[in-house]
Amino acid sequence: MHRLPMVAVVVIGVPVVAYLLLGRGHSAMSVDDVIKSSWATATPEWQARLSQDETQRVCSQYRNAPPPGLADAILAREKAAIKYPADGKLMGDWKRGEQLAQSGYGGRFTDYPPRTANGGNCYACHQMDGKELSFGTLGPSLREYGKIRKYGADDVKAVYERIYNPHATIPCANMPRMGTSGFLTIDQIKDLVAFVMSPESPVNK
Amino acid sequence: MRLRRSLASALACLVLVVPAAALDETEKELERYRQMLKDDPWSNPAMLDADRGEALWKEKRGPSNASLEACDLGKGPDKVEGAFAELPRYFRDADRVMDLETRLVWCMEKLQGLAHADIVKRPYSKANQAGTELEALATYVASKSRGLKYQPSLAHAKEKQALAVGEALFFRRQGPMDFSCATCHADTGRRIRLQSLPFLGKPEEARKVIGEWPAYRVSQGTVMTMQHRIADCYWQMRLPLIDYGSDATVALGMYLVNQAKGGEITAPSIKR
Repeated sequence: MHRLPMVAVVVIGVPVVAYLLLGRGHSAMSVDDVIKSSWATATPEWQARLSQDETQRVCSQYRNAPPPGLADAILAREKAAIKYPADGKLMGDWKRGEQLAQSGYGGRFTDYPPRTANGGNCYACHQMDGKELSFGTLGPSLREYGKIRKYGADDVKAVYERIYNPHATIPCANMPRMGTSGFLTIDQIKDLVAFVMSPESPVNK
Repeated sequence: MRLRRSLASALACLVLVVPAAALDETEKELERYRQMLKDDPWSNPAMLDADRGEALWKEKRGPSNASLEACDLGKGPDKVEGAFAELPRYFRDADRVMDLETRLVWCMEKLQGLAHADIVKRPYSKANQAGTELEALATYVASKSRGLKYQPSLAHAKEKQALAVGEALFFRRQGPMDFSCATCHADTGRRIRLQSLPFLGKPEEARKVIGEWPAYRVSQGTVMTMQHRIADCYWQMRLPLIDYGSDATVALGMYLVNQAKGGEITAPSIKR
């Protein structure tokens, strides 16, 4: 009989003390725990998409405005993650690039198994060909992008790098890292560079 | 049904044909319809779902042969009026913060004896299908808060936590495209292709749109709930299908409702 109050103290006391020590239940619900439990039915392969790399982590924490030291680290790390074409040619076929810019296919769980190649989905966010009226405005307009820059070789390289990995130029850029993530191939990126930087491309007409 | 179809086809034409300045025109037309719906809410096809939801709420169903009338949505059993305006909230019996849909699932399990896995097996209707039972029930309950303003509670520690987690999730970048909710919803006047995007970090804009859900989507010909809206955004973000009623969806809902605090509930509204 005497042990009952003691048991009660332990049973009630331990969680209460733990609760107070850990601070009003904060231990119960971290963002990582919530993510783990909220995609519990996804396959491990798909769950892997939920873990962040260092750049994603820093950009999330600082809401895309990283302090200078961390911004420099992102620039260096992402610059090093850019791979260039073996033959050194940065421009492909602008017509294929135009198709890629229009295509929003790829990467959603309903897109598997793949039925076609991933698209660049550029028009979701950018204005490009003046005749295409259905363009998004999350990114800047790319109308006459090459023409304005007089089709300079340095600009061709910059466009390749911006598509392959925009964080190498702007830390915590909104745009996806199309090359580094493997979403687009080097050849596809070359075609997109041509769409932006060819004098014949409707982007520059 | 005839009204539903003619309204749908009229709006579908507006949406599918996208000539110059179509965005503004489409928005103008949608605004005109919204005004018409405000004048006569019963012309919204989603009210059919609300009606069906009310019947489902009262019908004895499941292994326990019980209705949902004993379901406590936060204001007491069978208190449906105004309940949606105070959700998500902490529920002592579940020791969890729950949004409307999560709470409906809980009540279907506890009161009607239905199996969780069966309830959430197919929570969303496909295009041009009638709303699912969950969609109908959610539309019914939400419609009973029309005209009220969102008043989310932050009295309980777990409600505060849900808000903090929801805010962190909103800005969390992940996946092959590095997307977060904020990628698309952190500025005024932006759009994907021709689709306008609300700036959900800005209360003035959040107040206008959050209270519209559940909404009838003309392009889908069916009603869409907030759980579905969030799941669809994560699908676009190239992430796996998020679990129905999961803590992440509730936390995001908590963040959005707090952004929209004081905004009027117009659900069920009509959307593209």
